[in-house]
Amino acid sequence: MATYRELLAQVKSEIDEISTIEAHERLDSSDGSLFVDVREPDEWDEGHIPGAIYTGRGRLEQRIEGLVPDKARPLVVYCSAGSRSAFAAKALEELGYVNVVNLAGGFQDWKRNGFDVTIPRVLSPEQRSRYSRHLLIPEVGEDGQQRLLDARVLLIGAGGLGSPASLYLAAAGVGTLGIIDADVVDESNLQRQIVHSTDRLGEPKVTSAKRTLEALNPDVRVVPFQERLTSENVDRILAEGWDVIVDGADNFPTRYLVNDASVWSGIPVVHGSIFRFEGQVTVFSPGVGPCYRCLFPQPPPPELAPSCAEGGVLGVLPGIIGSIQASETLKLILDRGDSLAGRLLLFDALGTTLDEVTVRRNPDCPVCGDSPTITEYVDYVEFCNAPLQI
Amino acid sequence: MATIRIPPTLRAEVGGARELDARGCTVADVIDDLVARFPALETQLLSGGQLADFVNVYVRGEDVRTRDGLDTEVREGDQLILLPAMAGGSFGVRPHGV
Repeated sequence: MATYRELLAQVKSEIDEISTIEAHERLDSSDGSLFVDVREPDEWDEGHIPGAIYTGRGRLEQRIEGLVPDKARPLVVYCSAGSRSAFAAKALEELGYVNVVNLAGGFQDWKRNGFDVTIPRVLSPEQRSRYSRHLLIPEVGEDGQQRLLDARVLLIGAGGLGSPASLYLAAAGVGTLGIIDADVVDESNLQRQIVHSTDRLGEPKVTSAKRTLEALNPDVRVVPFQERLTSENVDRILAEGWDVIVDGADNFPTRYLVNDASVWSGIPVVHGSIFRFEGQVTVFSPGVGPCYRCLFPQPPPPELAPSCAEGGVLGVLPGIIGSIQASETLKLILDRGDSLAGRLLLFDALGTTLDEVTVRRNPDCPVCGDSPTITEYVDYVEFCNAPLQI
Repeated sequence: MATIRIPPTLRAEVGGARELDARGCTVADVIDDLVARFPALETQLLSGGQLADFVNVYVRGEDVRTRDGLDTEVREGDQLILLPAMAGGSFGVRPHGV
C-alpha cells in the first residue's frame, strides 16, 4: 500500500508541470490557456489568479465538462502549493483533457513572485444558499449572480406581464427593479396579476408590488414610480440608469413612447403583449436589431385593437409570456445565449403552438433607420388615434 | 392551397375560425380568395389596394414587406400568418397624458 507521499510522487511523474514564471507567461499569451482553481471556497475568496475559473477539487470531475466542454483547451490547474492540483490534473487527463499542466508552486508561489491577484466579491452564506441553483449553472455561476445583483431593470407596468416578470427577476436576485404604474389594485386584476393579492385592494400597484417583491427577496430594492409614463417624465425616469426595460404596457401610445425613448437611450426592451389566448414576445436591442416601429410602423385603428379590458385575456397567458420576458431579461444581463432580437415568438394557448417569425431592421424606420425623421418625442395619443392614410 | 392563421381580432369577420384554407400563388391571390368569401376582411387587411400598414403578413416566417409584398410567392402547403399589433399587457399604464 502506497503512502500519500509515494502516491503524490507517482502522480507527479505522470503529469506535466510548469513553473510559476511559465504560467505567468501563459496568462499574457493568446494560446487560450484557462486557469482552473481547485482549492477550497474560502481560499478562492481570499484571492485567485486573474481570469481563473473555480471548481473545488471535490466536484471537479462532476463539473468540469460543463465549465470546459473543449477537451483540447490548454488548462493550467492550480491549488495552494501544487499537490492537490497534481491529483486534479491527473483526474482531468483521465477524463480526456489532453492539454493539462499543473502549476508546480501553486498560488503561494504566484503571490511570492508578486503577480496580479484578483480578490473576488463574495456572496454571503445566505446568498450562496439562496442562489445555489444558479451557482451550479456554468452560464451563471458566481460572476453571473454578481451581475444579476448589480443589475437594474425597469418594468413598464405592474400588471399581467409585470407580475410574473418582476417576481422571477426578484427571485433571481436582480438587485434593483424600477416599476412604473399609476393604478391601484382592483378586484378584476387578481385573476392574473399575481404580484398583488386580495388584501391589497385599493393599494397603489407599485406599493403592493414592492411589498411582495422585497418580501420574496431582501437583496432586491424596488424603486416605485407611481405615475403614468409620459413624454414629460420618461427622460427623468430613464436617467436613473437601467440595463433593460421590460415592456408590459397595455396601450399603443405607451408602446411607441417606450420604443422611441429606448432607441435614443440605447436601452434594450424585452417586449410582451397578450390578448385572449395569444401572446407575442420579442427583444428590441438598439443598434443591434429592429425596433418596435420596424415591426409595427403604425398601430391598428382602435376598432381593430381592443384592449384586454374590452376583449379579455386568459389569466395564465401573461404568466407564460411574462416569464419568457423574465428569461430574456436575465440572458441580456448575463450576456448569455441567443436573445429574441430579430425574432418574434407567437404563442397560442388554444392550440398550444409556438411560432416564430423574423423581424428585420427597417433601414427606412423613422426612429432607428439610416436617416431618422423622428428625433424627439411626438404626441403619441394623436399618433395612435390619427386617421389612417388610405 | 395555403393555411391562413387568423388573429383573434379578425375572427369575428370569419365566423370565429382560427385557421382557414385559401387558394392562390401569391399573397395577393390568397387575400383575394379570403376577401371573396369574407368581404368584411377587406378593410382590415388592405388600404388603397396595398397591404394596410398596421397588419403584417408572414409567409414561411418572413414578413412579406421584406420580400415581394403582395406579389410574394405562396407555395402549396405554406402557412400564412396575419399579425396585427397587440397592445395588451399590464392594464396599468393608461394613455392619457402620454
